[in-house]
Amino acid sequence: MKKTPEELLQIQYPPPKTDWMDPTIDFEARRGTWSYPGAAKNLEYLGFPNPREWSPADEDWKLPDNWKEIIHEGFLDLLGRFRSIKIFMDCCVRCGACADKCHFFIGSGDPKNMPVLRAELLRSFYRKDFTTVGKILGKIAGGRELTIDVIKEWYYYFYQCTECRRCSVFCPYGIDTAEITAMARELLNLLGININWAAEPAANCQRTGNHMGIPPHTFKDNVEFLCEELEEITGVHIDPPINKKGADVLFIVPSADYFADPGIYTFMGYLLLLEHIGLNYTLSTYASEGGNFGLFLSHDTMKRLNYKMYAEAKRLGVKWILGGECGHMWRVVHQYMDTMNGPADFLEIPRSPITGTVFENAVSTKMVHICEFTADLIHHGKLKLDPTRNDGWKVTFHDSCNPARGLGLLEEPRYILKNVINKFFEMPENTIREQTFCCGGGAGLGNDENMEMRMRGGLPRANAVKYVHEKHDVNILSCICAIDRAVLPALVEYWVPGVEVSGIHEMVGNALVMDGEKERTTNLRDEPLSGKEE
Amino acid sequence: MRSLQALAIVAALCGIVMVAAVVPGFRPLLGIAVPYLALIVFLLGMTARVVGWARSPVPFKIPTVCGQQRSLDFLPHHKLESPFTSWQVFGRMALEVLTFRSLFRNTQSSLTAGKNLAYEPSKWLWAGALAFHWSFLVILLRHLRLFLEPVPRGILFLESVDGFFQVTVPTLFLTDAILVAALLFLLGRRLLDARLRYFSLPADYFALFLLLVIAGSGIWMRYFSKIDVVGIKEFAMGLATFHPVVPASAGVIFYLHIVMVGVLFAYFPFSKLVHLGGVFLSPTRNLPNNNRARRHVNPWNDRRPVEVHTYEEYEEEFHDKLKACGLLQEDGE
Ligand code: SF4
Ligand code: SF4
Repeated sequence: MKKTPEELLQIQYPPPKTDWMDPTIDFEARRGTWSYPGAAKNLEYLGFPNPREWSPADEDWKLPDNWKEIIHEGFLDLLGRFRSIKIFMDCCVRCGACADKCHFFIGSGDPKNMPVLRAELLRSFYRKDFTTVGKILGKIAGGRELTIDVIKEWYYYFYQCTECRRCSVFCPYGIDTAEITAMARELLNLLGININWAAEPAANCQRTGNHMGIPPHTFKDNVEFLCEELEEITGVHIDPPINKKGADVLFIVPSADYFADPGIYTFMGYLLLLEHIGLNYTLSTYASEGGNFGLFLSHDTMKRLNYKMYAEAKRLGVKWILGGECGHMWRVVHQYMDTMNGPADFLEIPRSPITGTVFENAVSTKMVHICEFTADLIHHGKLKLDPTRNDGWKVTFHDSCNPARGLGLLEEPRYILKNVINKFFEMPENTIREQTFCCGGGAGLGNDENMEMRMRGGLPRANAVKYVHEKHDVNILSCICAIDRAVLPALVEYWVPGVEVSGIHEMVGNALVMDGEKERTTNLRDEPLSGKEE
Repeated sequence: MRSLQALAIVAALCGIVMVAAVVPGFRPLLGIAVPYLALIVFLLGMTARVVGWARSPVPFKIPTVCGQQRSLDFLPHHKLESPFTSWQVFGRMALEVLTFRSLFRNTQSSLTAGKNLAYEPSKWLWAGALAFHWSFLVILLRHLRLFLEPVPRGILFLESVDGFFQVTVPTLFLTDAILVAALLFLLGRRLLDARLRYFSLPADYFALFLLLVIAGSGIWMRYFSKIDVVGIKEFAMGLATFHPVVPASAGVIFYLHIVMVGVLFAYFPFSKLVHLGGVFLSPTRNLPNNNRARRHVNPWNDRRPVEVHTYEEYEEEFHDKLKACGLLQEDGE
């Protein structure tokens, strides 16, 4: 990032004098605020149309000759399949309630980042092509001719929405710009337009079972390596089962958790927990991804990638599935999986073998969130915990968009945190729970080339962290999302240096008193515990 | 600019009507044909619109959840913001439709001291919208007294409450004042707030201007020109019983009122005003957050097979590697 935080804070909120209906995006001048397009090899692997090498900064985007027709037909198809898009196209009254609810607008001041105008980018085309009034009256009725420049504008702004759904909370009709963005991305996909940070993980996941493209032996190596670390820190030897047939529970985590810092500490926390309670579980190499970047490309791609979860559960003959900490993963699992790839009638109703609790809220999908699982364990007093080991941390909790607004998973992580740490501070009310602000890097936008936009979009979140950092000396931002753990460290380093990022189960892992453990002198990061510094 | 376009259209409409109304020969057209036609367009148009929406399925259950889910017994479930049952959804929808729950949440963000973001509660839009919609509804219901004989008790009651402050003769209806104030507020914010002005379309101003003309002409007749209500009632009853006769006593403003109401009704199904119906069908609000407990069926799911990567294909590709690290089932255990 070349720009300093002070420079980035020079945000111009008053809109320009020009008419928003005239699109022009100078991609060259706006480097740092857009993502690179999907590489040909990834599109090819996924069987997507029009694989080619190109750059948004090019004049010619190498689109098929009949691109206009493709978009028209594609939209017609979507209108026929999704009532949501019809309602959302027709009902917006432009009241503006959503306008300043988007973190990208707050951080950039770009009026087309107001959810209402982001949606109008698509809606204006809809009016022109699909409504009687728009066909006849055109611009005066809010209709807009589809041109290549409009397509370019779509690319820019629909890949500047993290599908966080904060706008939807405030809209009187619940208009969900994330849904509109998803539809626009489906359309762009038809022309071979998407971003590599979504296409590559999707292609990887289709092939290797995880976004990172980790083959099975490396998966095993990674897990073993983390177990060695764990043994060094705790003295406890853990040998997590992989691809084990007949386990009770299949445990699926986002791949970043066994791949990169700081997700790996969360993974270590999971392993300690499952060892502590003696759960008969298994990891899988084939279903080694909780996340689903297909969500950021198209409904079909989401379904393809998600297929592996149930398929693997069936093959291994487990009773039910446990899922790790990840945001968009849980949107897919909670709101889409059962519908797309269910019914899961080959699984059993999830029941915690430790507490006997039946997870009534998951009787159909048969997949339980690890925070639900752990909160239940704590409630039944099944965990031996020493929260003082986390006394070095002053913790705040970031509600990830999807668990908050997709599931309503608000209290479980807080309940866990309050049992495993002593120093917990909430960020201001309008920035948490259902009103939580995005990390700025979701929906495939967490790449390096998009860094300026990430810092802008993450500003509202970072600003709230700064508030508790200054007021309560908060030094760690806990969250239940792998994308968060990947993108928040850069964000807080930029806006609020001195704050770390962690998962909830890292905190759990620190506090867990394991059978036969040695005296702990460090936390899972191998940093000295407070009071145990040399 | 866009506001002026809308203003010009409304002004032109008014001009045409007022000129036409001077000619007695046009009056049956304005007073009788227009209302019937408008009603037909409204009914057919809205039916077509709602049927059009309903014809597309709801493939996924995608509520926007705004409160704690129902999960573990010891965590308090928020029934209205995260409804689990149909009754709870009903409650959420009722709150939304009757009290504009989501607008009530509104905040205004600001960057203070150039570095601190703040989000202050902002209830003006909510208050203005609520005031407008409720007073409009009450006024609409009050008008039923013209079409029904005897006047139903409920409407008489509504009138007595609405006219509680007997400050003018004829009695001032509160809703008349509130309606105009709310409309002016909604128009004012659209014109004065640069951000809102930036994305407002002619249609957004058009609806407001139209409603202002309707309200203004109605108020003029009731409080100032003191129109002969008995004559108007006869006319309305005639319309309702399909024996329409134009009222002898009515002047130009009366026709303006009638025709603009007609325009509003006819315009309704082709505009954003369809949110009246759409609000009930919005899938982010009218579906329960019980996704993992009750499977939602997508009617076209099976018609769109996708190309999956099966375990067998995966094992084939990674056979040697799986084998080398002891993860291949066949020879493993
Ligand atoms: S809040 Fe809803 S209705 Fe209002 S402008 Fe935004 S999307 Fe449109
Ligand atoms: S979904 Fe989130 S990122 Fe997208 S427009 Fe709405 S608030 Fe902005």
